[in-house]
Amino acid sequence: MLKLEHLCKTFNPGTVNEKKALSDLNLHLAEGDFLTVIGGNGAGKSTMLNAVAGTFPVDEGRILIGSNDVTRLPEHKRAAYIGRVFQDPMMGTAPTMQIDENLALAARRGARRGLKWGLSREEKEVYFAKLKELGLGLEDRMTSKVGLLSGGQRQALTLLMASLKRPRLLLLDEHTAALDPATAAKVLEISDRIIRENHLTCMMITHNMRDAITYGNRLIMMNEGRIILDIAGEEKKQLTKRDLLDRFAALAGTQEETDAVLLS
Amino acid sequence: MTFFSSLLSSLPGAAAQGLIWGIMAIGVYLTFRILDVADLTVDGTLATGGATAVMLIRAGVDHRLALLVAFAVGLICGLCTGLLHTRCGIPAILSGILTQLALYSVNLRIMGNKANQALSVDKYPLTVSQRFVRELSLKNPLPLLLIITVCVIALLYWFFGTEKGSSIRATGANPAMARAQGIDTRACNVLGLMLSNGLVAFSGALLAQYQGSSDINMGRGSIVIGLAAVIIGEVIFGKLFVNFALKLLAVSFGAIIYYFVLQIVLQLGLNTNDLKLITAAIVALFLAVPYWKSRIHRQNHKTAGAAKGGTSC
Repeated sequence: MLKLEHLCKTFNPGTVNEKKALSDLNLHLAEGDFLTVIGGNGAGKSTMLNAVAGTFPVDEGRILIGSNDVTRLPEHKRAAYIGRVFQDPMMGTAPTMQIDENLALAARRGARRGLKWGLSREEKEVYFAKLKELGLGLEDRMTSKVGLLSGGQRQALTLLMASLKRPRLLLLDEHTAALDPATAAKVLEISDRIIRENHLTCMMITHNMRDAITYGNRLIMMNEGRIILDIAGEEKKQLTKRDLLDRFAALAGTQEETDAVLLS
Repeated sequence: MTFFSSLLSSLPGAAAQGLIWGIMAIGVYLTFRILDVADLTVDGTLATGGATAVMLIRAGVDHRLALLVAFAVGLICGLCTGLLHTRCGIPAILSGILTQLALYSVNLRIMGNKANQALSVDKYPLTVSQRFVRELSLKNPLPLLLIITVCVIALLYWFFGTEKGSSIRATGANPAMARAQGIDTRACNVLGLMLSNGLVAFSGALLAQYQGSSDINMGRGSIVIGLAAVIIGEVIFGKLFVNFALKLLAVSFGAIIYYFVLQIVLQLGLNTNDLKLITAAIVALFLAVPYWKSRIHRQNHKTAGAAKGGTSC
């Protein structure tokens, strides 16, 4: 479904701030895979997701979604295949627009936007039902500005927007990191439900090892722009946090680095 | 008594000017509030619209057609700024300044290398003219200007409700989100700038007809007058007018109020030369107040957090 082949990306090349964010990264995802991604700060997790989403061009390598080579496609064109939820709850929605208007924008992802009215009556009924499923009471506030919602409500709405028009790939970039633990758990639960109900292929970055183990059918650990650990299927089901830390210590070497992953 | 009678007699003129500048200010609203860009092109575009209309009418073109051509020329001015910004990576403000500067030469060319061109209502049929602003007749420009304003607002209300218009609003509200939803934010920025400058040129064409001439300097500082109208409208009607069409109407009202206040201070004996200084000061003040408010708010927030002994760092 998703193929990343020999991806390389260096930020600020030729300066003192040069940072090799991705170095020869390879990854294949099958249809319906739910991948969780862990790794320390600067391991290249977000860079990988942003490279797939097209936030910036990669230096080398190819990105294929299905049989489509999207490597040179601009961000807004790739959006036809991709749903995204960002770490910052502010980033995924238009704060000065209404809840239903935000959903209407998302419903037209990948479609041509012409001079038809931007929000039809039939759509509103669909959104009402979908918002009700979230169980946050947002269905009664459809004409409220999104800027009035809490971080958790916004992330839930962004999730709904990302999946409203079934994406071939869903990218979750630490989308619960800015939320309090209870809200984070709730948003994660909603994510999992949406992914399973729609059989979505998904990549989720998380800093929480337990979440990385609990959710998804495959787990990768990244370090210095590479995948250093890739666990799937039965092996992942049996995985414990202790295993993960031991495996990481064995691979990355020093105790300091292990602590860095654990604490970050 | 003479103060009030002369003030009263100047009000129809102020209303007409306010309505014409209101259309210009609606153009400014589109970029400043919807796209979140301060577009300085408009200082040049207003004069371009005026120059285009005057020269066309002098050449025998119908005055209504001249208005439409001025609008189209405004679209092109916006296109220039838009392309400089989105395709050449030049910051929006600088792109606007570059186009504005270039337009100065273009405007002189349009006017046959003259700094101004007269357009007498005695010689040509015009859409609106200052001559009849106090007359109780069909020639009075006020009803027509009112109708034009309502039409412009209705058209914009429709457009910004469509899928295309919604994507422009999303581009201004949150470009990252817009791109993630498949919106070409560069194209939307260009389109918004075009529409805005089209309206400004249209307003300039009306203004030139109204005052019976176009002038190379007629657009100088117009961005500030436009902003003043936007801000006055928001301050007075912000709580009342939530609907998009009403917000645009508030901008038009803001421009009318601006010209009313202007007449009052002029009648009070203020030096006309100080007007731009005062306008700039008022706009600066109104732009600063929300910022100061938010800073005070944040400081209160911080001290409250510290008092609780919060663990956040």
